Amino acid sequence: MNRISAYFKSLLLIELFQGMGLTLGYMFKPKYTVRYPMEHIPKSNRFRGLHALRRYANGEERCIACKLCEAVCPALAITIDSAPRESDGQRRTTRYDIDLFKCIFCGFCEESCPVDSIVETSIHEYHFEHRGENIVDKTKLLAIGDRFEHQIAADRAQDAAYR
Amino acid sequence: MVDQLIQQLLWPIIFILCITVPLIIAVAMFVYWERKVIGWMHVRLGPNKIGPFGLLQAFADVVKLLIKEVILPTNANKFLYYLAPLLALIPALAAWAVVPFSSKMVLSNANAGVLYLLAMTSLGVYGIILAGWASNSRYALLGAMRSAAQVISYELAMGLCLVCVLVLAGSLNLTDIVNAQAGHKGLFNWYWLPLLPVFVIYFISGVAETNRAPFDVAEGESEIVAGFHVEYSGSAFAIFFLAEYANMILISFLASILFMGGWLSPLQGVITADVSPWVNWIWTGGFIWLFIKAFLFAFMFLWFRATFPRYRYDQIMRLGWKVLIPIAIVWVLVAGCMKYYGWVGVGMGA
Repeated sequence: MNRISAYFKSLLLIELFQGMGLTLGYMFKPKYTVRYPMEHIPKSNRFRGLHALRRYANGEERCIACKLCEAVCPALAITIDSAPRESDGQRRTTRYDIDLFKCIFCGFCEESCPVDSIVETSIHEYHFEHRGENIVDKTKLLAIGDRFEHQIAADRAQDAAYR
Repeated sequence: MVDQLIQQLLWPIIFILCITVPLIIAVAMFVYWERKVIGWMHVRLGPNKIGPFGLLQAFADVVKLLIKEVILPTNANKFLYYLAPLLALIPALAAWAVVPFSSKMVLSNANAGVLYLLAMTSLGVYGIILAGWASNSRYALLGAMRSAAQVISYELAMGLCLVCVLVLAGSLNLTDIVNAQAGHKGLFNWYWLPLLPVFVIYFISGVAETNRAPFDVAEGESEIVAGFHVEYSGSAFAIFFLAEYANMILISFLASILFMGGWLSPLQGVITADVSPWVNWIWTGGFIWLFIKAFLFAFMFLWFRATFPRYRYDQIMRLGWKVLIPIAIVWVLVAGCMKYYGWVGVGMGA
């Protein structure tokens, strides 16, 4: 009996019509596509993107060359040299390079930083056009920090209660 | 002399252009519509960048294909390799000669129109076989073999379906077949109702004939890359594409003509008012009805493709030989009885 009913089911194409009904239903559903350059999906304030070095409000750079980030970096992407600053003899970095090809964007550098200097911004749209541009040096990192300080501070403030 | 020349050469050429040029544009829009519909069914948007709503996408693709190089594989048979796309395209376009768009609009009102159509749709497979063989590629040959076996099997079922229609209509002329479906019951006069199983079989065979999903083992992207046209590029590939889609549109038109009353209106006999020539076609019938019906059938092709997974090769053969052909044969007898007892169809001896 089962075999007979299965036979007629397949002969009358019932399951095929059910499938067609399903696809027809999906045809009129709202679409999932995000038209990327014009539209963006919401991003978490904890998003770990391009790095930046921050400054205090008075313009003094935060980094004190403690090299904790260099030590904690699992990908060995950070290279720091330090020396007393000529003007006032404070301990400062003379070189702060991040190799973005090595970096795995784990965020350990940001967590280890005692002065909240190195941070990962929420910028994820960037590109390189020449060899060697993957190594971001101190001036560039500071420039990124200066340019996006507003957003960096806002993201940190939102997340402050959980840090 | 000049009159004769115009009569016998110029007018037919103009008529032919009047059919083929819109057909080619229709193919382009059909490709766009296919990508759009399948995109929607995948909950995507489909092409939407070129032109308003992406309408010009197909034309951009055509330009891209035409400026690409046509590559000739090593040791390929050059003559056959270049002949094959033409052999696929010419029957696909030539078949349109006998398709009646309305009671007056037909290029050639041939008496044996259905036979001519059968011949033309079968000829298309030569293009595929030659393409597969001349490419000197294993994938292409496999695709061509599968396609040939499949088209031949489903040609039989399709032929038997046509026999049912011929029995009821009593004519091989497509215009007469449509006129035989006219009546006062509107869409219940059409042959899809007495010939329902045959109508379904005809459309399934049509899908198989054009090597469309779920019967697209001849192309089978995931198994044999692209089957018979794997070695073709540029304009030669575009011609195969054109032939395939022209055939799909042709099958859609034929299904509407043979089973769904062609240009007849489904409201025929229901409304008998005389308002104005611009509105009357809604119930008296006109080519717009044919286009609407054909569009719905063409949509079915895309709907199938978005819904069904590909049949295995042996399943295709089993379906064709052990299911469709027996049912079609039985229905030929049923159609004969229906005609003999005068239930449907043009009366005996008419």
